[in-house]
Amino acid sequence: MAVSNTGVDAAGDFSVESLTANPRQARKERLIRDSLGATALVSVLISALIIWSLFSEAWTFIVEVDWGSVWDIGWFPRRGIYDIKTLIVASLIVTGIAMMVAGPLGLGAAIYLSEYARPGVRKTLKPILEILAGIPSVVLGFFALQWIAPNLVASLFGGPAAGSLLAAGIGVGVLVVPLVASISEDAMKAVPMALREASSGLGARKVMTTMRVVLPAAVSGLMAAFIVAISRALGETMIVFMAGGAAQTAVYTHSAREGSLTMTAGITSLARGTDNVVGEGLTFQSLFFVGLVLFVLTFALNLVADRFVYKVREQY
Amino acid sequence: MVQTEPESSPTVGLDIDRKVGLTSPEATLNAVFEVENLDVYYGSFRAVQGATFTVYEHEITAMIGPSGCGKTTVLRCFNRMNDLIPGARVEGRVDFRNVPIYDPRIDPVEVRRRIGMVFQKPNPFPKSIYDNIAFGPRVTGMAKKRGDLEEIVERSLRRAALWDEVKDRLKDSALGLSGGQQQRLCIARAIAVDPDVLLMDEPCSALDPIATTRIEDLMQEIKDDYTIVIVTHNMQQAARISNRTAFFTAQLDSTTDRRCGLLVEYDRTETIFSNPSDERTENYVTGRFG
Ligand SMILES: Nc1ncnc2c1ncn2[C@@H]1O[C@H](COP(=O)(O)OP(=O)(O)O)[C@@H](O)[C@H]1O
Ligand SMILES: [Mg+2]
Repeated sequence: MAVSNTGVDAAGDFSVESLTANPRQARKERLIRDSLGATALVSVLISALIIWSLFSEAWTFIVEVDWGSVWDIGWFPRRGIYDIKTLIVASLIVTGIAMMVAGPLGLGAAIYLSEYARPGVRKTLKPILEILAGIPSVVLGFFALQWIAPNLVASLFGGPAAGSLLAAGIGVGVLVVPLVASISEDAMKAVPMALREASSGLGARKVMTTMRVVLPAAVSGLMAAFIVAISRALGETMIVFMAGGAAQTAVYTHSAREGSLTMTAGITSLARGTDNVVGEGLTFQSLFFVGLVLFVLTFALNLVADRFVYKVREQY
Repeated sequence: MVQTEPESSPTVGLDIDRKVGLTSPEATLNAVFEVENLDVYYGSFRAVQGATFTVYEHEITAMIGPSGCGKTTVLRCFNRMNDLIPGARVEGRVDFRNVPIYDPRIDPVEVRRRIGMVFQKPNPFPKSIYDNIAFGPRVTGMAKKRGDLEEIVERSLRRAALWDEVKDRLKDSALGLSGGQQQRLCIARAIAVDPDVLLMDEPCSALDPIATTRIEDLMQEIKDDYTIVIVTHNMQQAARISNRTAFFTAQLDSTTDRRCGLLVEYDRTETIFSNPSDERTENYVTGRFG
């Protein structure tokens, strides 16, 4: 007959009521959702406040500063000379040197780990690399100041033993090697084994397979590695502050062998827990201006990096 | 392109083989691969034990058997592809045109240049169609001039019956092709380095019936120029296209307590399917496996 004998019919309580959510359960769900939403909101709010304070103080500087002093002989904020190019150029030099160190070393290590190392070797080397990534930058700063500057830079390039952009750059380079290596290695490991087999099957040697198949297929990930490393190097503070060879003020230079202040070191030099910073013309606001420039640069780099990381997912 | 013909071709004088000769009149069969007592290990696990058989020139040799019986493993011994797997080890003799390819003096890269491989899942490079085909000739230094390369690309694509479909979009990514086209591209890519042998590991398992038919037709067409060894899980396919069939199965290995592949029977395909001598073969080909 038409009446089917399913469990629901037999139980007899298949109705709108039986399918309505329990009100207590529903309230609990809502509470959980709202409190999680609140935590997310707090973090967004904090970021917004930081950006707001950065912008508002920087805006004061932009409006009130005599722009002649922003393109001058150097960074002397207490004397009203805010030559931003000194800081930007120093930052670029340090970042450039850091990438010259970290690029080849990090990429080489990644290629070795991903393509050549036997599983056992890889299992021991990978954690060591990760430990290296965990070294506090102040330790590397001290190393750069005490060893790289006098022993490497002074003796090889004739720079000052007390620190220079070169010494700081090498130190930052060492700092970001693990970053480059680890992201690059992930990108290369993500290249399907099938592509390596296709290449070997055609009679390509290992170098050829690595150069012509693995690296091109991983190129987005490799770009991401480099951009992340660059933005890390740009933002690095302690090493450049300790080993950059300048404190408080710096005359413009584009020589890596000399000492100078990067954007981060410039801010740190001035904002060191004294209240001297406040109240001397636009000195205080100048720091926010520098911070804003750094923020914009890093933000742009992260946007670009994001795009690459996104693209890497679409491949193969 | 070193395609050394053996000076004295070992003729196989069995009646069975003469029958094959009917399709290619002047054939006295040359052995391309001679496998003897082949054992393959992955670490301490023995995946294949004691396989002995011979693959003949200009034939299609099929390897069938239940999943996990070592078909892929044996196939990958023919071009030393197992060398890429850490822990894989081969014992026994594998001769390619009378050269023992597991001899320590042999460079596996040189072996692979003469023995092409097509994989189960189409694996085109994420490059253009042209660059996919040109890859092999480029890395092996085959093409001396730019024109050579273009000629090789066209010839290989024509051979793989793909030219008409892609000739207007050689610069497009190979990943934009359909699965069947990708697999034919992979065949064209393998052909481009002018190999002596083509190894195919279930080349149609990821394809629909129409694409499968096209690949089977293609194999029939090119077998006069190449020797083909194909792994297939599809018995009808083996019956349709191959001259000879090797039936593998997996049996419990008392020393490792795991299942180990072994070659049960190797014969002309007709014989394997209509009159096998081993009961296990008969059960398998009639679908009464178990
Ligand atoms: N790379 C590997 N490492 C360890 N064991 C493997 C590996 N490849 C295959 N095997 C094992 O070897 C046996 C044979 O595998 P395979 O040759 O792939 O079988 P088939 O192709 O016949 O399905 C299986 O038990 C499989 O688990
Ligand atoms: Mg298989």
